[in-house]
Amino acid sequence: MLSKEQVARYSRQLILPEIGVAGQETLLRASVLIIGAGGLGSPAALYLAAAGVGTIGLVDPETVVLSNLHRQILHATESLGRPKALSAKARLVALNPGVTVRAHQERLTAANAAERLQGYDVVLDGSDNFPTRYLVNDACVRSGTPLVHGGVVHLRGQVLTVLPGRSACVRCVFPEPPEVGAVPSCQEAGVLGSAAGILGSLMAHEALKLLLGLGEPLTDRLVVFEGDRSRFREVPVRRDSGCAVCGDVPSLRAWTERTEGCQEASAVRSQHVADL
Amino acid sequence: MPVTVRIPTPLQRLTNGQDEVTCDGKTVAELLGDLEQRYPGIKERICDPQGKLRRFVNVFVNEEDIRFLQGDQTGVKDGDEVSIIPAIAGGSGVAK
Repeated sequence: MLSKEQVARYSRQLILPEIGVAGQETLLRASVLIIGAGGLGSPAALYLAAAGVGTIGLVDPETVVLSNLHRQILHATESLGRPKALSAKARLVALNPGVTVRAHQERLTAANAAERLQGYDVVLDGSDNFPTRYLVNDACVRSGTPLVHGGVVHLRGQVLTVLPGRSACVRCVFPEPPEVGAVPSCQEAGVLGSAAGILGSLMAHEALKLLLGLGEPLTDRLVVFEGDRSRFREVPVRRDSGCAVCGDVPSLRAWTERTEGCQEASAVRSQHVADL
Repeated sequence: MPVTVRIPTPLQRLTNGQDEVTCDGKTVAELLGDLEQRYPGIKERICDPQGKLRRFVNVFVNEEDIRFLQGDQTGVKDGDEVSIIPAIAGGSGVAK
C-alpha cells in the first residue's frame, strides 16, 4: 500500500506498465549498496534515492575536497571537509526522506566486505582503485550478490552487470589488475564530470532493472562509452569456467590474499607512476 | 592488409593522439608487431616481456574476444576492426 505522498512522488514512474504499484513497492523494500560516493556513486545514489529504493548503503572513507566538485554532484561547496558518506546521506535524505541511508565512513576491506554486503540486493561498484574493485567483485561472487561494475576515466567508461555464477564476473573479463601506474587514474589523466554522470546513471539504471526484473541486464556484455564520439559500443564477454573466483574450481582464498598484497605493493610503489 | 585498430585512451599518447590507427598483419600477433614498429613503446603496455597479452587488457577482433578465438594467432583481414580495451578504475588509482 502506498501513501498519498508516495503516490504523488512516484506518479511518473508508477504509470509505467513495467513498474506500477507492485514495482514501486518492490523498490521500497529493496536495498542497494554503493561502494564509493564519488564520481560514479553520486549520480547512481541520486537516481536510486529518487526512484525510492528503500535502503541505500554508502561506503566511502574520504572527506569532500574541492577537486571532487566538478563531477561528484552529490556533494556541495558547503560540504567541503565533511565525510563523503555523511555529506551524501544528507543530500539523499533531502531529496527523498522516505529512503533509509546507511552511511559507512570507512574503506571496504577483505576484513569487512562480507559483513558490509550482507542484506543487500544489489551492489554498485563506484570505487576508485583496482584492489577495491577486485575485492568487491570477489565478495559479490562469494555471496551471490548481483553486482553492477562501472569505471570511468578521461572521456570513456565501461559498465558490466554480474550475476554471480551465471554471467561473466570482472575477473572473467580482466583476470588480474594492472600493476600500479599501468592504467591512469582520474587524478593522473583527468575525467569529465558528464562522462561520470553518464556511466553512473547507467549503473543506477541497471540496478533498478535488476530490482524490478525489468528488461535484459548488461550481463555478458561490456558496454564501452567513448565520450569523444558519444558512442556506445558493446563487446560480448563470457564467463570463464577457469575463473579464479567464479569458475568451476575457484581458488578464491588465493585471490583475496593477492588483493591484499596488491594494496601493500601500491603503497610502496605509489611514487613510481609509469610515464604513458 | 590494412586493419583498423582502436586505441584506448591511456595509449593515445603513444599514437600521436590518434584513437584509431591502421596496421598491417595477418594475425593479431603480427598486428601488434606492426603497431610497435609504427609507435614504439606501445606493445609493452599491452603485452608482457614474454609477449603474452597483459591480463588487464582485452583484444577484440570485430567485437569477438581473441581469448575465445585463437588468441594472438587469431587471423585478421582487410576491413576488420580490432579493439584494445583495458580495465578502468578511475579515481585516485592508489588504494590508501
